[in-house]
Amino acid sequence: MKELSELNLPDDVRYAESHEWAKPEGDKVKVGITDYAQDQLGDIVFVELPEAGDSFEKGEEFGTVESVKAVSELYMPVGGEIVAANTSLEDSPERVNNRPYSDGWMIEVKLDDASEMDGLLTNDAYLEKLKG
Amino acid sequence: MKEYPGTTGLILNEPLLWEKGKKGRTGYSLPRRDVESYPVDESFVSDGPDFPDLSEVDVIRHYIRLSQWNFSVDSGMYPLGSCTMKYNPKTNERQVSQPGFAGAHPLLPPHLSQGILRLMFELEKFLVDITGMDAASLQPAAGAHGELAGMLLFHAYHKSKGSPRSKIIVPDTAHGTNPASAALCGYQPVTIKSNDKGILAPEDVSQIMDEETAGIMVTNPNTLGLFEENIKEIAEIVHAKDGLVYCDGANMNAVMGIVHMGDIGIDVLHLNLHKTFSSPHGGGGPGSGPVCVRKHLEPFLPIPRVIEKEGQHLLSVDFPESIGKLHAFYGNVGVLIRAYSYILSMGADNLKKASQLAVLNAAYIKQKLKDTLHLAYGRPCMHECVFSDKNQQVHKVTTLDMVKRLMDYGFHPPTIYFPLVVPGAIMIEPTETESKEDIDLFIDSMKAIANEAKENTELLREAPKNSRRRRLDETAAARKPCLRG
Repeated sequence: MKELSELNLPDDVRYAESHEWAKPEGDKVKVGITDYAQDQLGDIVFVELPEAGDSFEKGEEFGTVESVKAVSELYMPVGGEIVAANTSLEDSPERVNNRPYSDGWMIEVKLDDASEMDGLLTNDAYLEKLKG
Repeated sequence: MKEYPGTTGLILNEPLLWEKGKKGRTGYSLPRRDVESYPVDESFVSDGPDFPDLSEVDVIRHYIRLSQWNFSVDSGMYPLGSCTMKYNPKTNERQVSQPGFAGAHPLLPPHLSQGILRLMFELEKFLVDITGMDAASLQPAAGAHGELAGMLLFHAYHKSKGSPRSKIIVPDTAHGTNPASAALCGYQPVTIKSNDKGILAPEDVSQIMDEETAGIMVTNPNTLGLFEENIKEIAEIVHAKDGLVYCDGANMNAVMGIVHMGDIGIDVLHLNLHKTFSSPHGGGGPGSGPVCVRKHLEPFLPIPRVIEKEGQHLLSVDFPESIGKLHAFYGNVGVLIRAYSYILSMGADNLKKASQLAVLNAAYIKQKLKDTLHLAYGRPCMHECVFSDKNQQVHKVTTLDMVKRLMDYGFHPPTIYFPLVVPGAIMIEPTETESKEDIDLFIDSMKAIANEAKENTELLREAPKNSRRRRLDETAAARKPCLRG
């Protein structure tokens, strides 16, 4: 497993304490799990995502991710309607391990309330949280 | 020099029986035909099943070789946390094989089944005595089935009061099946976090307990191997809102004859007879998960129930408020017979002593290994102790690497990555049946492995090396499962 100093925490996304990231793209937000989360989970073998059209509030469970170690819930870092889900993860869940911030994205969300993005952490603040 | 149980040995390859068979071989002789041969209607004739032709020696060697690839509690220590892999005395097998039990048939009328009915009637009484509850049902087929039975009893209770409820509180240190059982019964599980001592805080329970909540499912001792010390206060909080308290009794091996479950506020408790009361389990064999209840829930127990009337034991369905039938016929009777045999051969004092020794053994391991492995919670443990790989992370060695290496030393790996509240968990449950010498060997093995983690990490990453199969690729198996041979 990675040392905290080895983690890839890009500065163009925002982080939730429940280890999801959110990245604004136009009027939508892409969501996935952080490098720390995928590293802690280990090899991911199954990802269960919602369908486009579903709506969830911030903090609500939107899916699950299963690794060789455990099944974990995925929580909405921001509330909104699901515009798209990364269906390629059905056949290639390893993308979440290999490229958590690009190919390994999970859902695309149309924001209900743009100010919710401000409540998320910067990469530095997230790293501080991880250090405890 | 100390000798660990693990060693290399000649393990024999064995093909599938279909690859082994040769046309014309046979392992038995049919008795001589004593009736005239008669042609069978053609519509009944087909090629028959695809079975290989084998001699007796082919079959015997096949299964003996397969058994030698296996590891069991009959071959060595099996400290699989939360599973209570205690040694199962062979007298249990002897009793269950007695013709009266082995030949019993569920469709025989009660007057021809008095022995087995009496055994079931008395076993219920024993379980009620041991747990301090009021009544029991032996029907549930295993632990999770007992949980479902418990949830159905909760529902029946609130329905009888005219106010069914929708939620169940489940702590993060409960067994993973608890929220699933609640959900299967239509309840919404509400997770509650354990506190920094690894147990439940009454104030956290009182914050979420309301009139919509049917009750709480507690595993006690919990999956951290810690006793829920606030259980009485928690039960009072739940009862004050007319909720009920379910106790997952999977960890009963720590408290047999010591904790009176009725007195600490438990309304429903399930037992895993195959764990605590000693029946071979694991590998998909039958379990048995009786539920024990307090008086106010007795009317709802599953039917049929064994009753005693004028010196006869009968099966009765005359319980109008019952949740109904949970199992074909009367439960996994073979496990019931073994549990009955175990309880009688141990006796009350020795059951209590078994729990005391189970706790002592776990406490001994915790004390001896706490400077080697990181201890998740530095408090007195019950029958199991939970460590993690935190101390070994600097060497990039994980829990998985260490326990795989333990196989080379001749021990079954402990439960790993559970409970989820401890990252990299290693959950060790020695049970009462291991001797001090064997436990010392286990401790020395773990210490030797921790040393290897510093000095020879490759050895751990490549482990096991003495087993017939080396490290399996669990990731590929899960991502690209091959579900047929």
